[in-house]
Amino acid sequence: MQYIDRLQVRKRINFRLRLNSILKYVFLGATLSGLVVLAILLIRTVSQGFAWIDWNFITGHLSMDPEKAGIMGAILGTFWLMLVVVFFTLFLGMGAAIYLELYAKKGRIHSLIQTNIANLAGVPSIVYGILGLTVFVRLMDFGSTVLAGGLTLSLLVLPIVIVSSQEALRAVPQTLGEASYGLGASKWQTIKSIILPTALPSILTGSILALSRAIGETAPLVVLGIPALLIPFPGGFMDRFTALPMQIYYWTLDAALVEEYANLAAASIIILLLMLFILNSIAIYIRNKFQHRF
Amino acid sequence: MAVQTQLYAVPAIEKKESKNKNEVEKESIFETKSLNLWYGETQALKNIDLKIPEKSITAIIGPSGCGKSTFIKTLNRMVELIPSVQTKGDIHYKGSNILSKDYSAEALRTDVGMVFQKPNPFPKSIYDNVAYGPRIHGIKKKSILDDIVEKSLKDAFIWDEVKDRLKENAFGLSGGQQQRLCIARCLAIEPEVILMDEPTSALDPISTTKVEELIQSLKKQYSIVIVTHNMQQAARISDQTAFFLNGEVVEFGKTEELFTEPKDSRTMDYINGRFG
Amino acid sequence: MTTKNVSVSTANLSTKQLMNEKKSAASIKNVFEKMVPAVLFLFAAVSVLTTIAILYTLITEAVHFFQRVSFTEFFTSTNLKPLSQNPSFGLLPLLSGTLLSTIIAMVVAGPIGLMAAIYLSEYASDRVRKLLKPMLELLAGIPTIVYGFFAFTFVTPLLRSIWPEIELTNILSPGLVMGIMIIPMVASLSEDAMNSVPNTMREGAYGLGATKLETAIKVVIPAAISGIVASFVLAISRAIGETMIVTIASGSTKNFSFDVTESMQTMTAYIVEVSSGDAAAGTTVYYSIYAVALTLFTMTFLMNLLAKKIARRFREEY
Ligand SMILES: Nc1ncnc2c1ncn2[C@@H]1O[C@H](COP(=O)(O)OP(=O)(O)OP(=O)(O)O)[C@@H](O)[C@H]1O
Ligand SMILES: [Mg+2]
Repeated sequence: MQYIDRLQVRKRINFRLRLNSILKYVFLGATLSGLVVLAILLIRTVSQGFAWIDWNFITGHLSMDPEKAGIMGAILGTFWLMLVVVFFTLFLGMGAAIYLELYAKKGRIHSLIQTNIANLAGVPSIVYGILGLTVFVRLMDFGSTVLAGGLTLSLLVLPIVIVSSQEALRAVPQTLGEASYGLGASKWQTIKSIILPTALPSILTGSILALSRAIGETAPLVVLGIPALLIPFPGGFMDRFTALPMQIYYWTLDAALVEEYANLAAASIIILLLMLFILNSIAIYIRNKFQHRF
Repeated sequence: MAVQTQLYAVPAIEKKESKNKNEVEKESIFETKSLNLWYGETQALKNIDLKIPEKSITAIIGPSGCGKSTFIKTLNRMVELIPSVQTKGDIHYKGSNILSKDYSAEALRTDVGMVFQKPNPFPKSIYDNVAYGPRIHGIKKKSILDDIVEKSLKDAFIWDEVKDRLKENAFGLSGGQQQRLCIARCLAIEPEVILMDEPTSALDPISTTKVEELIQSLKKQYSIVIVTHNMQQAARISDQTAFFLNGEVVEFGKTEELFTEPKDSRTMDYINGRFG
Repeated sequence: MTTKNVSVSTANLSTKQLMNEKKSAASIKNVFEKMVPAVLFLFAAVSVLTTIAILYTLITEAVHFFQRVSFTEFFTSTNLKPLSQNPSFGLLPLLSGTLLSTIIAMVVAGPIGLMAAIYLSEYASDRVRKLLKPMLELLAGIPTIVYGFFAFTFVTPLLRSIWPEIELTNILSPGLVMGIMIIPMVASLSEDAMNSVPNTMREGAYGLGATKLETAIKVVIPAAISGIVASFVLAISRAIGETMIVTIASGSTKNFSFDVTESMQTMTAYIVEVSSGDAAAGTTVYYSIYAVALTLFTMTFLMNLLAKKIARRFREEY
């Protein structure tokens, strides 16, 4: 008695194989489709905005006249934000990561903080905006300044910095710490001169990626009341400022009024993407150049 | 006690009498008294009573998991780095109980250095690896550090191979060179005791020979405790041997005697390769 | 012995003695050693404080809101007219906007992300995967404001040229673009889940003569299903919280509708509109953003929690 009809099986095999190879290309197409959209987005934006980028656009003050408008104020504002974010997230993020990985006893408090960080990473950025508006802008009365914006964005990316720093610290082989303790080094000496320097390239890579997330954020800044129509350049942490994403936002909205504003928005996007590209290149460079493999 | 005549120009370390090596039993540098250790619930060391003589090589042998590493890590309190560890009993190092709360682990580890199974140089230059110990103990002056680095590397038989590349990263060295560098790093803080946990198990035969020669040359000045899986190695280089089994010391005695006429049948079985 | 010739400049001092001299500073060092973890603990506590601050501000201000507007009105009314003479504060119009944009995004990101995950984990060679995955993740690195610009100035006009009934601002275009944006999230997390299915399971299927497709669909996906579902839930949570794309491309019409061609406001876009307008602190409109934000926070929090629960069950299986 034969249950399996060999001939039938063979016929079906051809069909199954063909289906397999067709769907393979469908899956590949799906993978590439996102990239195609990305390519369209980039090409379109560049072709629309590139002609508008000139020296005056980069270094000039803001103006209602599209021909004269410049975005130096927004670029400087973004740089000021970066300063605040780098300062706070690097210290707080690295410190928290060291505490969690190297000091904390693995118990209740540890898992509470850890869960909390994971949850914060999933909070929508606009909620951070509301937090910043309530605490930094109003309660502490910083107003819509660089400091308020920077602190808000710092809190926003802090979970990312902590988690990536923790991973970096965890990747340092335990044997290095043991070698240091074996020479009579104290815990902090070991951390400061062995573990941290070894993990630093990865920590920096993670922090730079978080920074590039921060400078692209728009929603929290809108909620904080950061203006886009601001002529003077920011010169300090307590100055009012505007930032590149804000500039893009308002020019996109106002394109309904003045058509050229859309081109200015595209040009500003090119500048913003360029900054992100540079930041990411630095991160990749650090990772490839300095990261130790064990 | 008398001041020992030094072989070279780093004088004036107070050391115990070490003349008449062959007549007098050496003084013990470590003495453990009913030492017990638990990892959480599981007991890894049971009532260890050992006297480890100074300025000689003591080998620890035994099957995998019998507690060899655990034992030598208690001698410089490295086991403390594992949160679940609990100890009971005493370890006397030069007369004082190192397991007491007031004995600083850092001070102990400055006296009792350690070399690990896998070479673990820091991701720093060769120079900085050796200078690390002196630096953390407060020596900052370049000229002194230079001398210490040179002397330690020479003592570790690796100076000639690295003297032209002191600023290069230690990861560029071969495994055997890395292990000798780690020994040099350990020598740089002039410990009294050097603990070695299977220091040659990750090395090729030629590197192993070099490290063995080095260990033998070090015993003139240092007390050495070495864990090894290699019975020939224990027989070749050690003066006395302890055989561990399931966290207990089965037998401890002169290496020659232990390997030729063991008193315990379990030792006999082990050195004849019948288990473990 | 070579050591004989080493000249030691510190003629009468051994390293040991030099090191001992420095010990005097030990007690200061000890205090320092104890302070470090305490200070670092404070750093770690900042994250807990952030959560407390978020909850505190959202809840206290939302309480003000609910003292003026009833729960029933907020959660059941289909009318949202915050600035009219006779204001009403129904959440449902915003909820429908959020829901619709999320559904559209998931219709795009779900299948495409899953297919990409299948390709990357089952078909692609190591080299191709190493090339494609980072490229796909570029999509997630583009700021959302850029996607907003793209939706508004490119996708909407494109849609309108095909389907003229579509309004100038509509929920379809930002929904689609948002879908593109979260493809990498679905793809990457699903791929991780599929990758951790042990190879022995695949080999079992191949051994019976199954094709890659059959293995992927009948063996790998069922085995990785909780990880895949978790990635979908996380993507949904991400879409719910997304702000700039919908703010720019979907306008601010507060209508309770499920017509994708219409302009609709989401919860996030409402918060942006009110807070960037000049609603004075203390007015009901001002407090309404806290009520909306609290709802938003709760929704995303629950989704993230759910994703974690599902993913944990998945991890227990191996
Ligand atoms: N960190 C730890 N936590 C829990 N148990 C441990 C830990 N380290 C070692 N043990 C247990 O203690 C016992 C002794 O381990 P130890 O590492 O000292 O053995 P060993 O003799 O050095 O073995 P090997 O020859 O394999 O290195 C083993 O049963 C081991 O499982
Ligand atoms: Mg061992």
